[in-house]
Amino acid sequence: MIIVIDTENLTKRFGDVNAVESVTLHVEEGEVFGFLGPNGAGKTTTVRMLSCLISKTSGSARIGEYEVGNGADQQKIRRMIGLLTENVGLFEELSAYDNLDFYGRFYKLSEQSRRERIEYFLRLLGLWERRDAPAGTFSKGMKQKLAIARAMIHDPEVLFLDEPTANLDPEASKTVRDFILELKKEKRTIFLNTHLLDEAEKICDRVAILKTKLIATGTPQDLRRSLSRRKIRVQLQRMDDGIVRAVERIGFQVVEKSDNGLVINVGDPEKENPAILRAIMDVGGQLQFVTEIGSSLEDVYLKLVRGEQ
Amino acid sequence: MDLQNAWAVAAKDFKILRKKSSVIYSSIVLPIVIGVAFPLILNYAIEKNKNGGMTAATIPTLMDAFSIWFLIGAVMIPTAIASYSLVGEKIQKSLEPMLATPMSDGEILLGKTISGLLIPVAAIYAGSILFMALMDQVTVGKLGYLYYPNWQIGAILLAAPLASLLSVQLNVIISSRVNDARTAQQLGVLVVIPFAGVYVASEMGFFQFSDTNLLIIAGALLIVDLCLFFLSKATFQREQILTKWR
Repeated sequence: MIIVIDTENLTKRFGDVNAVESVTLHVEEGEVFGFLGPNGAGKTTTVRMLSCLISKTSGSARIGEYEVGNGADQQKIRRMIGLLTENVGLFEELSAYDNLDFYGRFYKLSEQSRRERIEYFLRLLGLWERRDAPAGTFSKGMKQKLAIARAMIHDPEVLFLDEPTANLDPEASKTVRDFILELKKEKRTIFLNTHLLDEAEKICDRVAILKTKLIATGTPQDLRRSLSRRKIRVQLQRMDDGIVRAVERIGFQVVEKSDNGLVINVGDPEKENPAILRAIMDVGGQLQFVTEIGSSLEDVYLKLVRGEQ
Repeated sequence: MDLQNAWAVAAKDFKILRKKSSVIYSSIVLPIVIGVAFPLILNYAIEKNKNGGMTAATIPTLMDAFSIWFLIGAVMIPTAIASYSLVGEKIQKSLEPMLATPMSDGEILLGKTISGLLIPVAAIYAGSILFMALMDQVTVGKLGYLYYPNWQIGAILLAAPLASLLSVQLNVIISSRVNDARTAQQLGVLVVIPFAGVYVASEMGFFQFSDTNLLIIAGALLIVDLCLFFLSKATFQREQILTKWR
């Protein structure tokens, strides 16, 4: 296991304001790591520190073998990473080709290599036919794709994507997400800043939730399991109060009831379901089906950022 | 400092400027107007005073006064390109991706300085060549010799790039504070005031644009440029651009 992004108590203060406080995280090679948090949580500031755009106030961070904040390593880190900024920041008057060609020069790519890579990415992202059109004439989705291609032009080992699908329509979002999944297949390390939980759940191997401080880290599944109570829905032919009483008598909480079913809080459904179902049937309940109600990453996220856990 | 990187930034700016014809025109109009209009005015005056009125001795004085406009132009002209070049990047938010590349702050700043400097200085030199050629054409009959080239215009053309550099560097500092190219340009143009003041002083007889005085001006500009270089370099820092520039 190779740690590619490694931070210890990384902190950034602007005057008296703590923008990022004591963030410790370890991102493995080839991992897609989601960095979640509400606006102003410090996601962009963290990415800017890790991309050597702004200095850290304290703590340490390493990208690969290089130390963030060490003057001699800054250039090496910038060569190693690709950054998709929150605002695409394209040169709107320049063509898609020229936008990429401009950036390719700073990574000392030969003219032929630049040509090949530009063609590869523009074809991959379906922009080749529009290569000579000014970027300013592109739709939001096309601009975003072009900006991702720009971040990839030098074949970086680590890719920082800051809100890659923000402000995009569903179709454009899907295209960008699919592209990120393609990159994932190439085993690139991707650090994804997002506040779209659905996106994080679909793409990320692990996520961290930030609200100035890091409040949770884990796989989306682990976070769901560890931080939210599991529930089951029991569908019955007919409901009566005796069934509710029977369930509560054996120590479970009924959180919702309707004409033909109830929702019960459980700790471990695999172990506890048989006892619950037996209690229901003992008082004459006729079962139709039992399902687990999965809590989403969104539930977990909201609980954490609201400080409910 | 990798000059190739700086040149790539400047070349990109030139590519963009080619599509902003109004910015280019505003940079080349003044030197051409000075280069063509002043000789025509002098020609008209000479023709009008054929039978006396204008002596051969007054002609060099007029030409010297006209030529100072190249120095004033050298300060004024870069404001359009320099302010557009930096504020344009701010508006399009294209500085951050550029700052994320291995390029150094100094290389980006140098590239921006080259793009702000090259067209105005080229236009000033082209306008001055036109000016000298037409002035010689107009005045050789009356003077009996070719007035240009001479040390005075040489000193002006030595000071002109330094004056343009001052203007570009001031615009870097101004651009860090404003979000509108027009405002940056309007504020940048204020740098003309001291130059215009010296010009008025010379017209009123308080100051002479002699070769020596022009060389002193060039020396002073060089010192101011060096000071501004450190100031604009301090302004053009990655962290400052991302966190403090408005």
